[in-house]
Parts: sequence; C-alpha cells; structure tokens
Amino acid sequence: MSATPHPDPHAADAASHGGDGAGHATLRGYLTGFVLAAILTAIPFALVMTGAIPDRQATAIIVMGFAVVQIFVHMIYFLHMDARTEHGWSLMALIFTIVMVVIALAGSLWVMYHLNANMMPGMPDMSQLP
Amino acid sequence: MSMAAGARPEEIAVRTYVAEEAHPHAEGDSTSLGFWIYLMSDCLIFAMLFAAYGVLGGNYAAGPAPKDLFHLPLVAVNTTALLLSSITYGFAMVAMQEGRIGRTQLWLAVTGLFGLAFIGIELSEFADMIREGATPQRSAFLSAFFTLVGTHGLHVTAGIVWLVTLMTQVRLHGLTAANRRRLACLSMFWHFLDVVWIGVFTFVYLLGVLR
Repeated sequence: MSATPHPDPHAADAASHGGDGAGHATLRGYLTGFVLAAILTAIPFALVMTGAIPDRQATAIIVMGFAVVQIFVHMIYFLHMDARTEHGWSLMALIFTIVMVVIALAGSLWVMYHLNANMMPGMPDMSQLP
Repeated sequence: MSMAAGARPEEIAVRTYVAEEAHPHAEGDSTSLGFWIYLMSDCLIFAMLFAAYGVLGGNYAAGPAPKDLFHLPLVAVNTTALLLSSITYGFAMVAMQEGRIGRTQLWLAVTGLFGLAFIGIELSEFADMIREGATPQRSAFLSAFFTLVGTHGLHVTAGIVWLVTLMTQVRLHGLTAANRRRLACLSMFWHFLDVVWIGVFTFVYLLGVLR
C-alpha cells in the first residue's frame, strides 16, 4: 500500500495499483457507486411496495435482476474489484467462490424442490395402489 | 557408507531454502489477498444459509408467513442505513488516503452510527416478531430466517466493534501503514456485508412479501 497520500482524489483514478489491494479509493468512484446502488435499491422496493406490475412472477424476476446488477455495482465501485487487484488473484478467488455458490444454491434448491414435490400430499394416493 | 557424498545435496537444499526465505517480503504485503480469501469463505457460509432459507422458506407450519411479519418500509429504512454507512466508509477511506486524521475519524464515527441504527432497527424488528409469537422455534421458515438475518446482524455487530477498535488505534498511533492496512481490510468487510444485505433484502424480504 502506498504511504504517500494522493494529492487529488479525482486524479487517483489512473494511478497504478498492481498489488496494493484496496488502496485506490476515489470520491468520484464512491459517489457513482452510491447513486447507482440507491437507484437499484429504490426501484425493486417501489415495484414490490406499490405492486406496479400485476404479474408476481415477472416482478420477482425483475427484482432478482436488479439485485444481480447491484451486486456488480458494489463489487466494482465499493470493493474495487478488477483483474489487476493482487495480480488477478482476488478476481480468481471471487470467480471460484461464485462457482461454488451457484453449485450450492442451485443444487440445494433443485434437489430439495424435487424431494418436496415427490413427498406432496397431492400425489397419487399410495394406499390405493395395489 | 559415504557420509561426505551424502551431505552435499542436503547442504545445497538448505542453502536453497534459506535463499527462498530471504526473498523480500514486506510486512502485510499479502494481508489484503488473505483477507479477501477469508471474505470469500464467509461468502460460502452465507450461501449455505441462503440455500437453507431457500429450501425451508416456504415451510410455515401453519404459522405466520413473510407477508404477515415483514414491514417493507422498515426494511427500506434499514437498507438505506446500511447503504449510507457504505458511502460514509468510502469517504473515510478517501480522507485516509489524503492523510486527514480528523476527517477519517469523523466519517468512521458516522459509519458506526449508521451501523448501530441498522442493528437497532433489526433488533426491534426481531423483538416485535418474537412478541407476536414468531420465534425461531415456530417454523422451519422462521428458523432459517433468524439464522440467516441473525448471522448477518452478528457480522455487522462485529464490524462495529472492529470499527471502534480501529478508531482508538488511529487516535493513539495515527494513520500508520499498519492502521491504513487495517482500515482497508475493514472497508472490504463492511462493503462485503452490504453485498450480502442485497441478497437478504431481495430474496428474504422482497420475494417473501411477493410470495
């Protein structure tokens, strides 16, 4: 991490940051991230609270879409993720984690949904079967 | 027995080992990567809790459903508090880079207050739910809910304790290299918790009320 302070926070954008971790925060970056995050938070809340879209399924998909975009905004503007941080190792760790999270979430939901569906009381009554 | 011949490669091995150890390695050089990997492992913990909530979130056991329990305006206030704490921590990081101790401390204090507001609102929400009989023991949905949201709340609480510790460190020792590194780690931790909260307010609260 560099010990000398940046004289101008706006000029620090182009500063080299090969291995200095999260040491290149800029005021403009944080403000951009904040405005984007505020918009991306406000819209899904408004959609759900007002029920602007009658179709619940569509609302759910849109709300999840906003969450994914907002996670990217936070990663880029607040956590300063890019391919150069720690010579790319941070991004590698993040990608690995995302793969693990997707497997864990999708696998759990998929398997347990089918388990639930096959145990439903609405199934053909087993006692009536020969 | 050829002791003299056998000692030679060993000696070379030792010399090589020492040479590798002498590789220049500044203190705290790898801290931010190591801390990032810790955060990724924490991310896996939250993924498991989200998976448990996703599987059990519909099992109300004839008890209260999300629609009966969640007050979205309160969640919106909570989300705002956490988002504001993220940007104020950003201001603290910018002030730290400029070497302004007073301003750094001020923004850290504001961040801590927003964090306390978040925890306060969350605890009052939990207290209201428990008073209405929606305790973690009531249904699988509520067990999963309290585990997931409670774990996030515990992380934020730990973050506030860490924040106060670092404010004391900065007051005593100033913005030394070690303190800058610690503040950068807490910055990652704090922003990471905000990322997890995006998942919580979307999947637990918004989709819960939609269900």
